[in-house]
Amino acid sequence: MTQTQSDEIMKSRPRYGVLSYRPGSTHFIVADGEGGEAVQSLFAQAPEIATTAHIVYIPGANGTDLSAALETLGAAVFRKAPSYGAARQRIQKVLGDAHMGLQLYAAGTEGLIGQVQRDAVEAGLPHDALQTEQRGSLARRVQCVHCKGITENVTTDPFVCSHCGLNLFVRDHYSRRLAAFQGVCIDAEDPGEVPPAVERFK
Amino acid sequence: MSLDDAFKDPFFRDESFFGKYTYKNSPAAIKRFPFPFPEDDYMYSVNMEPHVSGRPGSVFEHAFDVDEHYVSEMRDRARVLADDPLRCQSLPHMTLAGWDLLELIMESFARDYPQWFELHKDGNKWHWINRPLGIDDKFTFLDESTLPYGPMEYITRQAQGDFTLQDQREDNLWIEAGMVTSQADWSLDFDIGMSFHEWHAPVPLAGKMGVFDRALKFLLQLQHGAPVRRFNWTMTVDPLLDTSPENYHKWGPSKTTLSAENIGQRQHLRVELQTLFRLPRSNAIAFPIRCYLISFEDLVSQPKWARRLHRVIKNLPDELATYKGFIRNRPLMIEYLSQFDDGAPTSPGWWADE
Amino acid sequence: MSGASKIPAIVTEVVEVNSLIKRFRFVREDGGPMPGFSGGSHTVVEMEDDGRRRLNAYSLMSDPADRSGYEISVRRDDGGRGGSMFMHARVKPGMRMQISQPVNLFGLDLRAKKHLMIAGGIGITPFIAQMAQLDGLGGRFELHYAARDRELGAYMNELSARYGERVHRYYDTEGQAIDLPTLLKGQPLGTHLYVCGPKGMINWVLSTAQKQGWPKGALHSEEFLAPPVGEAFQVDLALSGVTVNVGATQSMLEAIEAAGIDAPYLCRGGACGQCECKVREAEGELLHYDHWLSDEQKEARSHIMPCVSRFKGSRLVIEL
Repeated sequence: MTQTQSDEIMKSRPRYGVLSYRPGSTHFIVADGEGGEAVQSLFAQAPEIATTAHIVYIPGANGTDLSAALETLGAAVFRKAPSYGAARQRIQKVLGDAHMGLQLYAAGTEGLIGQVQRDAVEAGLPHDALQTEQRGSLARRVQCVHCKGITENVTTDPFVCSHCGLNLFVRDHYSRRLAAFQGVCIDAEDPGEVPPAVERFK
Repeated sequence: MSLDDAFKDPFFRDESFFGKYTYKNSPAAIKRFPFPFPEDDYMYSVNMEPHVSGRPGSVFEHAFDVDEHYVSEMRDRARVLADDPLRCQSLPHMTLAGWDLLELIMESFARDYPQWFELHKDGNKWHWINRPLGIDDKFTFLDESTLPYGPMEYITRQAQGDFTLQDQREDNLWIEAGMVTSQADWSLDFDIGMSFHEWHAPVPLAGKMGVFDRALKFLLQLQHGAPVRRFNWTMTVDPLLDTSPENYHKWGPSKTTLSAENIGQRQHLRVELQTLFRLPRSNAIAFPIRCYLISFEDLVSQPKWARRLHRVIKNLPDELATYKGFIRNRPLMIEYLSQFDDGAPTSPGWWADE
Repeated sequence: MSGASKIPAIVTEVVEVNSLIKRFRFVREDGGPMPGFSGGSHTVVEMEDDGRRRLNAYSLMSDPADRSGYEISVRRDDGGRGGSMFMHARVKPGMRMQISQPVNLFGLDLRAKKHLMIAGGIGITPFIAQMAQLDGLGGRFELHYAARDRELGAYMNELSARYGERVHRYYDTEGQAIDLPTLLKGQPLGTHLYVCGPKGMINWVLSTAQKQGWPKGALHSEEFLAPPVGEAFQVDLALSGVTVNVGATQSMLEAIEAAGIDAPYLCRGGACGQCECKVREAEGELLHYDHWLSDEQKEARSHIMPCVSRFKGSRLVIEL
């Protein structure tokens, strides 16, 4: 595990789809940044979704804010939140109160999708019950395998762990439970020999 | 658990798997070492066979092999867990599978090693005696509150090798509990919750060869009472059981200190005897991964193994040597092993020549 | 062939539950404990019917925690091929029989926040074991059990007595029916749905749930297919070099076994996939009755499941 492997053989890498309307009692939609566009497409495809839709939207870390447009979609409930952390209790409450038949959608960055999926599975939904669509920044959430700290919005490889300071390379090995990729010390065998950081996840 | 009296039985070696590394195989342990290459070359395959009782004295004799390293390995496990409790985890729905595993190990140990282990049952009131580790516990089967740890942790603190438990659903296997302190560089904490293909994702080549598709299909049909086994292997510098990714930045540098002078003592072949059991009450699959270590110096004392290991290492694809983490030292290994390979043919199968 | 060793057993009880159903209890011949099992498991019972070997799968209905014996219930099928008739007419206490190790193709998802069970008729049996297991584990469950009438509603009273309001009973002849849409709508997130019964009921429950937005991962069903009767045909086994005649009331798998060929199997009901065979040549019609092969495989005429499927035509060659 001293080298990064190429993407094609990494089967734990999540695969994302395109949001599409499925019948259900209620529709709970969580999106961030450019994921708002996927929500707009979903509503254009099935306007009847609005009366039973609940949208939680988090503007992107890159500044993308589609909240004004999303608010006009006419969802039964619309909520703008500053971060996933801030919205999480609300998301958990909605899932905890929900009944089978709820349709769950997540759109935007991989980190957002992963966190919605993690909270949905904790609430008891099978992992395949969530519809996902990746939009916007390809930045990754990465867990340092050594100190266990998670660094958000990683765009380069290698990068420095924001918790313990080790130089980490990003393995294409993804944990749904942690909603994070794995970061492993790149210079363990030759301390200090760190290749230059390359922007891989823009 | 009192480990102080543990070495009263002279069969069990008092040795360490870190620091001064006093781990060593006795001549008898070398003879019974599970050399994993039945042929002179190696490639991935599903290579599973029924886990039936094998040659007396071999590691296949019993369902679970308890050997001379037992007590020291359990002490090493306790040390690793104290340092990092996340090495043992069980998602909440896996407790029943933990009880299944506890029953399987206790019944096997008591049946196969009556001089060391006893299990007495009166309905669900069980009495377990583990003499080598000085344990004498009475508890209620299926009642967690009567044990000092969860059932999986309790029993795997008393059984050599790593263990994972796989739940079966949606035509897949999900790794959702485990005790992992003697692993070949993978993280339970990261992988827990993954499906079969997800947790094998980092293995090169095998996925493309369809190895995992076939293995999964086979395992989904695994039946109670018909366990199977296979080997895996890698290389480790010094007899370090805990080659975890968590501590890779600590043990990784040891690879750079290998030399022609010390390779015989310090380079170890690391063999995993992997077995798979369908568990009765939970319908989960138990996956014990038993690690055996042998220094190159001890290994080449068997001429057949020396010749064959030289050929395997020389011909291994680079991707595999990289994945297994020894590409850097491969030339040194080949140079060392070549001294013991005169080119003579080797006999078929694993066993050392008599 | 099924890998694991068989369990030599003795029939200790045969109980007439009602006019169609008998219950059988097996203990080990050597007096030892049976293997524990998980609720939803079945065992394959071997019958020696005057030189003809029959193997039928039946759900285990005894308490999985009770290792002293296994119990099954058999509904007599007067129009069937004879396995259930044999069990009803010929099996008596004291008889020695071979049964298989338990196999589970209808397991509980133990992550579920709640288990919602829907049973029709004899489809109740796996749930009896599952409820006993969940009760011991403190799991949350609810059973909705429909039968034709009070007489045929086997075990209704016992289950109500044991589990109280968690058991809901419906009798067709009294005009009672499960109000499925309402039932499904009220289930908390994290509920798993299990259904076992006649094919029509399974299809109704699964399609209603899907229409109401239940994810596939939360839906579980089990339907044991008895191999259908049909016309006799011939099959050539390419690898064994043998031609086998399949009788009208015999399955292809049974005919292959009778010819002395050791073929793999687990469920013998078209569900598990173990006996899947490649088709090399087929001049005629493959009659697929299994739930295992994909529609593409069926269309491609590339595979067949000898446990339940049949053939009509001049020549069939399979890889076995």
